[in-house]
Amino acid sequence: MALPQAKLTATEDRLARLSMPEAPGWSALPRAAALARVETMGLPGRRDEYWRFTNPADLVAADPVPSTHHARQKTQVFDQMDRVRLVFVDGVFDAAASDDPALAGVEITRLAEAQEQDIHWAADLYGTLEAQGHEPVERPLAALNTAYATDGVLIRATGKAEKPVNLVYFHESETSDAILHHVIKVESGADLTVLENGPAAARFNKVMEVDVADGGAFHHVRAQGRDHDRRAVTHIFARLGAESLFKSFTMTVNGALTRNECIIDMTGDNGVAHVAGACLGDGDFLHDDTVFITHDAENCESRQVFKKVLKNGATGVFQGKILVQPGAQKTDGYQISQSLLLDDDSQFLAKPELEIYADDVACSHGSTSGAIDETALFYLRSRGVPKSEAVDLMVLSFLAEAIEEIESAEIREEIVERLSRWLSRHRG
Amino acid sequence: MAAFDKADVKDSEIREGVDRETVETVQSMAGKYKYGWETEIEMEYAPMGLTEDIVRLISAKNNEPEWMTDWRLEAFRRWQQMEEPDWAMVEYPEIDFQKQYYYARPKSMEEKPKSLDEVDPKLLETYQKLGIPLKEQMILAGVEGAEEAPAEGRKVAVDAVFDSVSVGTTFQKELESAGVIFCSISEAIQKHPELVKKYLGSVVPQTDNFYATLNSAVFSDGSFVYVPPGVRCPMELSTYFRINAENTGQFERTLIIADKEAYVSYLEGCTAPQRDEAQLHAAVVEIVVLDDAEVKYSTVQNWFPGDEEGRGGIYNFVTKRADCRGPRSKVMWTQVETGSAVTWKYPSCILRGDDSQGEFYSIAITNNWQQADTGTKMVHLGKNTRSRIVSKGISAGQAQNTYRGLVSMHPKAKNSRNYTQCDSLLIGDKCGAHTVPYIEVRNNSSRVEHEATTSKVDDDQLFYCRSRGMDEEEAVALVVNGFCKEVLQALPMEFAMEAQQLVAISLEGSVG
Repeated sequence: MALPQAKLTATEDRLARLSMPEAPGWSALPRAAALARVETMGLPGRRDEYWRFTNPADLVAADPVPSTHHARQKTQVFDQMDRVRLVFVDGVFDAAASDDPALAGVEITRLAEAQEQDIHWAADLYGTLEAQGHEPVERPLAALNTAYATDGVLIRATGKAEKPVNLVYFHESETSDAILHHVIKVESGADLTVLENGPAAARFNKVMEVDVADGGAFHHVRAQGRDHDRRAVTHIFARLGAESLFKSFTMTVNGALTRNECIIDMTGDNGVAHVAGACLGDGDFLHDDTVFITHDAENCESRQVFKKVLKNGATGVFQGKILVQPGAQKTDGYQISQSLLLDDDSQFLAKPELEIYADDVACSHGSTSGAIDETALFYLRSRGVPKSEAVDLMVLSFLAEAIEEIESAEIREEIVERLSRWLSRHRG
Repeated sequence: MAAFDKADVKDSEIREGVDRETVETVQSMAGKYKYGWETEIEMEYAPMGLTEDIVRLISAKNNEPEWMTDWRLEAFRRWQQMEEPDWAMVEYPEIDFQKQYYYARPKSMEEKPKSLDEVDPKLLETYQKLGIPLKEQMILAGVEGAEEAPAEGRKVAVDAVFDSVSVGTTFQKELESAGVIFCSISEAIQKHPELVKKYLGSVVPQTDNFYATLNSAVFSDGSFVYVPPGVRCPMELSTYFRINAENTGQFERTLIIADKEAYVSYLEGCTAPQRDEAQLHAAVVEIVVLDDAEVKYSTVQNWFPGDEEGRGGIYNFVTKRADCRGPRSKVMWTQVETGSAVTWKYPSCILRGDDSQGEFYSIAITNNWQQADTGTKMVHLGKNTRSRIVSKGISAGQAQNTYRGLVSMHPKAKNSRNYTQCDSLLIGDKCGAHTVPYIEVRNNSSRVEHEATTSKVDDDQLFYCRSRGMDEEEAVALVVNGFCKEVLQALPMEFAMEAQQLVAISLEGSVG
């Protein structure tokens, strides 16, 4: 079917600004296939049902909205942790600022370098999970990423990783338009933690393809903050084998437009997938969590826990789906999306969906939205807690269910600390 | 089931009736569609297909004034530029809108009967057989032996629509003395043009959606209700829709207006003969609720659902909407959806007046190859508005059942509340149950809560029933009736009884 003219023009304008790497090596094929997908689908527009609540214009426009760059902060959110830091500046790997990528149980290569090798394990994966992630909803911005990614990192865990890998993104150019594509493979029985933080670029498009083999475990914690004019779209495409574990948590504060998509396919029996997010928005803020979990095997468990606290005209969006395929019996699916609106200007828009084709399942979802509980507030104040502190306390307790999804106590405490500091800066 | 006055019927008819009843009882026990028979009656059709001329013809058949004809033509022109929506989770072969009859009426209805005594006995018999006697008589509440039933009978006025025309309306005189207008919409266009002009299309505009626009162009009949200020309608009103003719679409239009402080409870029932060809039904129901008024609208939708192989059945594309215009107005939709091959229906409430209230209770049962995509929209515009949604979807066989709904809190709808509960039950591993809610909250003093669950019939409950000597089908019916209880309780007595039996019948053949 031919694309509508407006969509065609927007897509052509955007593609005209991009170019593929000079020596794509084995990535040439998947990139060409991805470009063909973008051209068939066209980039998203306002009228697309899948973008009903979030206007993708700034993500699709030919050029990024310029944004002030951010000085490299002295302290980073995961500084307390023993980790391997890999630094990207405006979407380009910075070897000098990064740690030595040698890590027991893990093999790390930069995408730009790996493409030049004749044989690389990632050649079979690059763009594969993304390509499978367009049913039943198209995600053209992810296909665009596969086609034009300038850099990224390829991580293969073969055993229990000694320490987490931390991807740090710095933003130094006011007009940077970064496209990063990471591929992660967790082999059978391996265990890997990936941490992400930093403002990245004026506009950021990131795809992470994660393949977790039978019995593998993958933990992901991401902190999105600091940059008020962040415009970012990120996709995680994960394929989970039998008995595998996948856990992803995202903390988001600030950001003019952030769309985080997470697409998980549970292909082996007894897998576990948890996706969670805690977000705080003040003023010019739009945060969109779009999650799509497919149960394609028996006895799997999935959880989606998303909490949003919004004030001064901030907008929170949640689109979540549990799809249980025929035969995926004994599925345990749970989904909760809640918002706390601290004033009358903010809004919460949600579409929590269930699509179920197997009968022996227990699936549920809940979604609520409302103001802070005045009775609880009164109780705290009657015990001598000042109002602003009482509100912060209640906000943190509201977010707790999502934060508890982080397994590491160390990271959990750091996240709570960051959230509390943000709250005390944004009182009133 | 409603009793009918046997004294008025001749001996031969009784014998025939009894025989038929026996046959029907056996049929219903075997899980067959009870209302699948056809009335053999001479019909008069408009030519097949849809053109401006057909629209003019329908208008002329109803002796409509020019403004009405123009209104229809405007809708028709608009419709030609519209595309059939495809977002619902239903699949069906493309409908050829030119291969339908848009008007069919029994020949005997050419001269509109002045009273029920003049109506063709064949038509009266049809309704009698459906358990809807078109006689002004008391209808006993519930079935015999129902101890809670009030000692005295209850009256229900009926407007009976057969294919494209209204056959007759009972209790019109008695209603008239209370000031209530209850007649067919074609009659209302003649006798109360000022009311029709004022309200028709004011809730569901001509341009609303593909099927509503089609309906605006070709609707042939339907019911009209006006309850004047301060009047509590003295009896329940009901419309019974029967599709009989082949290859004919039914497009009825219902308009209900409850003026200030008025109250009315309205019941709707529908059936159609069993055929291999699918048939089209696209209705529009508009309800206007003014200050402090209340309307209850209950539906038992039992169109032919298609057979076990998925052949035939009604394609049911319905637009129903209530507009709570005044403060403290209230509307309650209750629906039991057991029929139709394809259901596409979202009875909605616009809560415009402050403190107005909308409720939606629904049971949707799909079996064999049925597909239902149904739900509601609660649009909160006024302050302190409240809405409640309770939806129970049951899917069996190869059927697909979707709840699709919207709850929207406008920035000005301060202190509003919504509570939504959608539960789905799956019987068998070949069917599907889906939930697609949209939640839009644009102020913080309102509370919105949405809960949904999907599960299978609980084995422990089934085991308990079976250990008490029930067979498996009985046990499932009992468990499902328990699952639907909240909705069944919201139905008026006559419907609740029928609905409970329907729940059991619809699921027959789904176990084992």
